[in-house]
Amino acid sequence: MAIWLTENSKIIVQGMTGGEGTKHTRRMLAAGARVVGGVNARKAGTVHEGLPVFGTVAEAMAETGADVSVVFVPPAFTKDAVKEAIDAEIPLCVVITEGVPVHDTTEFWAYAVAKGGRTRIIGPNCPGIASPGASNAGIIPADITTAGRIGLVSKSGTLTYQLMYELRDFGFSTAVGIGGDPVIGTTHIDALEAFQADPGTDAIVMIGEIGGDAEERAAAYIEQHVTKPVVAYVAGFTAPEGKTMGHAGAIVSGSAGTAQAKKEALEKVGVRVGKTPSETARLMREVMRSR
Amino acid sequence: MDLFEHQAKELFAEYGIPVPRGIVAHTVEEARAAAEELTGRVVVKAQVKTGGRGKAGGVKVADDAADAERKATDILGMDIKGHTVHKVLIEEASAIAEEYYFSFLLDRANRTFLAICSAAGGMDIEEVAHSTPEKVAKIPVSPLTGVDRARAREIAAAGGLPEKALDGAAELIEKLWAAFVDEDASLVEVNPMILSADGQVKALDGKVTLDDNAAFRQPEHEAYADKAAEDPLEAAAKAKDLNYVKLDGSVGIIGNGAGLVMSTLDVVAYAGEAFPGQPKPANFLDIGGGASAEVMAAGLEIIISDPSVKSIFVNVFGGITACDAVANGIVAAFQLLESRGEAVTRPLVVRLDGNNALLGRQILADAKLAGVELVDTMDEAAKRAAELAAVGA
Repeated sequence: MAIWLTENSKIIVQGMTGGEGTKHTRRMLAAGARVVGGVNARKAGTVHEGLPVFGTVAEAMAETGADVSVVFVPPAFTKDAVKEAIDAEIPLCVVITEGVPVHDTTEFWAYAVAKGGRTRIIGPNCPGIASPGASNAGIIPADITTAGRIGLVSKSGTLTYQLMYELRDFGFSTAVGIGGDPVIGTTHIDALEAFQADPGTDAIVMIGEIGGDAEERAAAYIEQHVTKPVVAYVAGFTAPEGKTMGHAGAIVSGSAGTAQAKKEALEKVGVRVGKTPSETARLMREVMRSR
Repeated sequence: MDLFEHQAKELFAEYGIPVPRGIVAHTVEEARAAAEELTGRVVVKAQVKTGGRGKAGGVKVADDAADAERKATDILGMDIKGHTVHKVLIEEASAIAEEYYFSFLLDRANRTFLAICSAAGGMDIEEVAHSTPEKVAKIPVSPLTGVDRARAREIAAAGGLPEKALDGAAELIEKLWAAFVDEDASLVEVNPMILSADGQVKALDGKVTLDDNAAFRQPEHEAYADKAAEDPLEAAAKAKDLNYVKLDGSVGIIGNGAGLVMSTLDVVAYAGEAFPGQPKPANFLDIGGGASAEVMAAGLEIIISDPSVKSIFVNVFGGITACDAVANGIVAAFQLLESRGEAVTRPLVVRLDGNNALLGRQILADAKLAGVELVDTMDEAAKRAAELAAVGA
């Protein structure tokens, strides 16, 4: 079992004909994902990587039955691409693109809400979502681990890979990279809620980093709603105030958004927080072995 | 990117927002000339990108040009919370009847924009909101509907502004919203927004944060960059398109992915606690998922040009780019730097994990690069890099 992405998911790629789109369409196909087509208004009717290219998301959905879109279009066009996916009411839209202006993200988020929230948005600036052994929508390497019963939600791509690797003998139900931008579609809380409800997930790894208060809010949610064990990791204890650390959202502003505050909020509700990624993996091992 | 007050006000003026007349001065002489041009009483304001400058003595009223010169002498060169004052804004003194607070900002938690308005202006708004929350109106603003004149008036009224200020405030707020949207700002703040003795609503101070991700459609924002204050290493890294932040330790860090690099800094700092001098990370450097030879060489070049670096830690998790490609990149980077006469002479610890890690480690072992050590885990590699920095110090 998995959340949001299963072996039945049919994936289309917005921006499939571009460099990144082409590369990752190949990788997704190699990972066994059911990629069924791409979208590019200027190349509608052509065939790319053996897949049909459609003019619009709605057309692609009608022709292929697609229910997941992965967005690789450049930042200047991302807002329109996501709004098109929302208009087509695709259930899941995974936005990989990095560097989207925050006004654009805030606008397409408001648009999604106004349209009734029928489209789940993951990202932007994220590695996507992988349900090992079932499907892969985005750029998470498919061969790190196999299917298992740990769920993972993370702001960081490479830390996701690191933890999947360290816990590869247990395997994962689903790993969700929610992205490192200040405004994102799917949050830690959304993923925690889905993992809590998923019979295929026994325990959850949650990875956070400096900036905002998403981890503090996730801690409050865990206290109220999550009974499955959660192990967490937070990056950025040594980050200086006022500096953006790689991710657009990773910034300590004044005394707000520090790793220490996030760690304390999580520990206060009984979540064990690893000091390093390896220690986090060790804590999760203990959880899985004690089951 | 944060703007200086004078830049924020120049931007406000472009949108028709009333601001006091002002002139930027970099020297005492320029300050005097500016005050002479403005005539009458002026305010000498330190231009620094930090709050609390009034309390620190960075804002002073001057009666005439000679007084402005004296005040500028005091303020120029002053240190305010680690920021040196390199310029002052000489501004005509305003006859203030009342002071208010106003801002538009990004509300990360609720994924929308927020208008914050209060009749209690001129003070630290976070303190006001903490001690007297009823005095601060926080009103969500949807990017889909925005703020027109009528909505602006509602927001001003919600903030408790008096009737006599509502028309002027509504006009200012509507224009400020246009600036917020059109300039891709994540913050526009006016504190205080004043009602002058003659009944005009004006921006007496200005704070603006612009979204760096919007640079592709805001080419004119480049001109706001404060090149003088930029760390030379950060500037050199930026020119090479590297994601680099200078820190004050002695262990140079290179990694792939922002989260992993932040984590590497933390793990090195913990490991450093056990060694003499407690070595800390010298920098943040994310070479991205790609990790090609050219990017690795560019990254190493920046790191070795930092004299405070005593050891280097390359921490890569092979994902899309496999570790053998990263290892080849390191070998090629060493050759490239050596051919330029910039050989890497400080010890370098490499940890490769993930996709094709064994092959990558073999390539590095075979290359026998001087000073390069391979360590299998991130924790152990961080410890070794910290130890080498302690020895080299």
